[in-house]
Amino acid sequence: MLAWTIYLSFAGALACLLTPRANPRATRAVALGTALAGLFCGLAGAIQFKPVNGLEVITRVRWIPALGIDFSLAADGISVTLVLLTGIAALAGVLFSWNVERRTNEFFAFFFALIGGVYGVFLSLDLFLLFVFYEIAIVPKYFLIAIWGSTRRDYAAMKLALYSFIGSGMVLIGMLAAYAVSGLASFDLQALAQHSFAPEFQRWAFPLVFVGFAILAGMWPFHTWAPTGHSAAPTAASMLLAGVVMKLGAYGCLRVAMTLFPEGLKMWQHELAALAVTGIVYGALVALVQKDFKFVIGYSSVSHMGFVLLGLVTLNEVGWSGAVLQMFSHGVIAGLLFAVVGRMVYDRTHTRDLDALEGMGLTRAMPFASVTFVIAGFASMGMPGFSGFIAELQVLIGAWQAFPKLALLAGVGIVIGVVYTLKTTATVFFSDKPAPAEPHDLDHPLEPITVPERLGAALLIFCTVVVGLHPRLLLDIIVPSFKSPLFDGLRKVAGL
Amino acid sequence: MNPADYLQLLTALAPEVIVVCTALLVLAVDLLGLQGKPHSYRMSIAAGITTLGCAAAVVWMFINPTVGNWHGGMLVIDPLNKTVKAVLLLLTVLTAILSVDCKFTRHVGEYFALLLLATVGMMLLVSTEELLMIFASLELVSLTLYILVAFNKDSRQSAEAALKYFLFGGMSAAFLLFGFSLLYGLTGTTHVPKMAEKIFTIGADPLLTVALVMVVIGFGFKVAAVPFHLWAPDAYQGAPLPSAVFIASGSKVASFFVFAKVLLLGFSQLGWGDEEKATGGWIPLLSIIAAVSMVLGNLAAIKQTSVRRLLAYSAIAHAGYMLIGFLAPGGDAFGSLLFYVTTYALTTVGAFGVLGVVESQVGGDQLKDFAGLARRAPVLAWCLMVFLLSLAGIPPLAGFFGKFYLFAAALTNGAHNLPFLWLVILGIAMSCVSLYYYLQVLKQVFVVEADENARPLVVSSLSRVVVVLLAVVTVLLGCMPGWLLDTIHTAIGERSW
Repeated sequence: MLAWTIYLSFAGALACLLTPRANPRATRAVALGTALAGLFCGLAGAIQFKPVNGLEVITRVRWIPALGIDFSLAADGISVTLVLLTGIAALAGVLFSWNVERRTNEFFAFFFALIGGVYGVFLSLDLFLLFVFYEIAIVPKYFLIAIWGSTRRDYAAMKLALYSFIGSGMVLIGMLAAYAVSGLASFDLQALAQHSFAPEFQRWAFPLVFVGFAILAGMWPFHTWAPTGHSAAPTAASMLLAGVVMKLGAYGCLRVAMTLFPEGLKMWQHELAALAVTGIVYGALVALVQKDFKFVIGYSSVSHMGFVLLGLVTLNEVGWSGAVLQMFSHGVIAGLLFAVVGRMVYDRTHTRDLDALEGMGLTRAMPFASVTFVIAGFASMGMPGFSGFIAELQVLIGAWQAFPKLALLAGVGIVIGVVYTLKTTATVFFSDKPAPAEPHDLDHPLEPITVPERLGAALLIFCTVVVGLHPRLLLDIIVPSFKSPLFDGLRKVAGL
Repeated sequence: MNPADYLQLLTALAPEVIVVCTALLVLAVDLLGLQGKPHSYRMSIAAGITTLGCAAAVVWMFINPTVGNWHGGMLVIDPLNKTVKAVLLLLTVLTAILSVDCKFTRHVGEYFALLLLATVGMMLLVSTEELLMIFASLELVSLTLYILVAFNKDSRQSAEAALKYFLFGGMSAAFLLFGFSLLYGLTGTTHVPKMAEKIFTIGADPLLTVALVMVVIGFGFKVAAVPFHLWAPDAYQGAPLPSAVFIASGSKVASFFVFAKVLLLGFSQLGWGDEEKATGGWIPLLSIIAAVSMVLGNLAAIKQTSVRRLLAYSAIAHAGYMLIGFLAPGGDAFGSLLFYVTTYALTTVGAFGVLGVVESQVGGDQLKDFAGLARRAPVLAWCLMVFLLSLAGIPPLAGFFGKFYLFAAALTNGAHNLPFLWLVILGIAMSCVSLYYYLQVLKQVFVVEADENARPLVVSSLSRVVVVLLAVVTVLLGCMPGWLLDTIHTAIGERSW
């Protein structure tokens, strides 16, 4: 069932492309159907999910026997969580791009090509296959931003494409070297994870592959693609970028770099944790002084993804499960924030400048947007009751066990997060500044919030609240995953 | 030699004979029957005959299971070079079909005849293990290609390109011949496998190194590797489109195959050279050539505004990648090289196909001429995306798997100290650079809007079929590389390395 998410998305991309250019409604219908079908398959797969030893093998077919490459798909709790996230983000993305009128068919074709690649990465058990899907996701991002984007889209799109490609190039070097050195003549992740690579090899291969993936996860100092990319992208693409694409990177770190080279992680643990915490604090501080609404959210993504990376390198199960939960949580919350900023506010006011927005009295003009943003803001700050709280708490507990000082610093990052979120909310929606003499919304009454937007926002809020109130829903499937043979090496190094 | 031997030789050479006959037939039909008919009619008839002739040659090759070795390696027929010959014939057919829409000459018959003669040269080139035959057939290929480049008599560029190609080519042929003569002097034989045995007994020798360098220069020119690449951008830009296509595809495949054969078969003992005697082997030499080709080709391509020149520089870069294949162990070297060069040739033909349509309809090959192609010719635009992304090495397209296999094969040679890791790292870094300039083209196609008065392009159904077919093949070979890979591996498997 889970595998169908991939096939359906690619089929949907093709179907969207083939719908007539002059008929965006048909394209939207196909897109909505594809997204719903994907989410449905994900949910059904999650419900039927029966792991053996923490892992459920879905398909395994010989693909390119000459090089020992299999077409093998499998899921553990981590994959299931992220597949669900992708389904949710895809559906929300379609709902929030209901107003794309220009080249709609191509837009959704690129959109679903990206989604298909993302599903594929989360479900691959073969390193080669994982890499193929990982790279499939690069090109659609470029075109989504370059064609439908806004501020400095050419620059942002090319930067994102090259950063991703360089990252994947690093991964490719590491994986080819691992293939050659192991002598297993196989790209099977399980086989490679159980092979113990020489420590000398791990010393350079691990950081290469980890950083290669972490570029896409927005690790400081390789994060600069993220704010520019997020702000230039059309709403749905920002939602996907922050919501799922950054998770691809984090997932790769966990699934490939860490399981293949556990001793390498041990060697570089402190350095990477320091980078992660720098990202948390730096992202939050920079978000504090941004003038562009989308840049605030962009930098907050860098900060929140820092928690994911910090959780991954803690080398304990609390940290890991916190990191995975944070991937889900940030995916949903960042999606929601970008939806408010990009679709609800920017598409109507045509400005993202905080000073300009301050005088528009947006609370009265768009009460729905302001309520949504307040909720999303609370969720993003890590307010109890939302998914972000439990995830970041777990990461901090894990980090406290591994590196107490850095955990304290990360805590400071959370505080700054509260400050910039409240500050931005206050500026945009609850400003005392009197409306200008000729109120903007008298000349051009802002269009009301549409039904798809309401549905999308409701979906995302629902997800963050449900997971926030009942985190065991996901934790119960995430935690057993760490018992699978894939994680044998990691558990041994961690002493678990 | 008795008559029965001749008959046998004729059977073995039948594919080449068929192609030669086709060349004569095309010439005769066009000169005797078609003068005064409309140009496109003549072109179609000639292309049709060419296609049939090549198809007949392929069919003959696969019906007739002859395998063997005639006259001490002068003519060798084995499954491997049969496969390569089939690829070459396919590329000839594609070139012929793409020629139909190009108006660059009144001499239709001569043009197709020369195209077919070049094909014969390439076929002989790949089916011999004898230095003399290699040189003779290489000359046949080169001379016909010089003329094909000059074929547009109305264009100064075409003449200039041909002259440049000819002067460089003549020089490199001299180097090659000199190298061959040194080899003959040292080993007393022109038969490559025997030569390899002699080299094994001679061991490393300074004179041998000189011969080796000469041979590498000679072939380096044919495959347009740096620093022997200077002719390529001009030839690609000045030549009539189909001639450029043929140089970029067929000539590449044949030259790389024979280059690999001479080096891997003849000089297998001399890979790393001998430090005591201060002689170099070809492995360090080729790694350096590969590295500079990748770097220079890719960096120079960034600055190009003409898409033809861009493709020329990317061809130089790709030659660098293919040279990495030489460093793989044993059969994998041929396997990865052949897979790469075949998929590369098919993709390039496709890209040139789209380029040809744009040139004839919009009037130029500058980047800006591609603006808004996605709106003006959507099918071609998507196909062009497939070709360029495949050249950049994005999965799941054929070019990605080609690179992947090449790198994996090079790394598994001496796996424990990974001697070619630096080259692979450089190759991967350079494909990031290449993505940049391919995206520049695709940006024009998909992102930039065309002028308001730009009309949809009229694409002839023939070109459309070829381009779409090649795009499909590029995708399929990327998703299912096993098809081609298994064919190549079975063909290689019957030889011992």
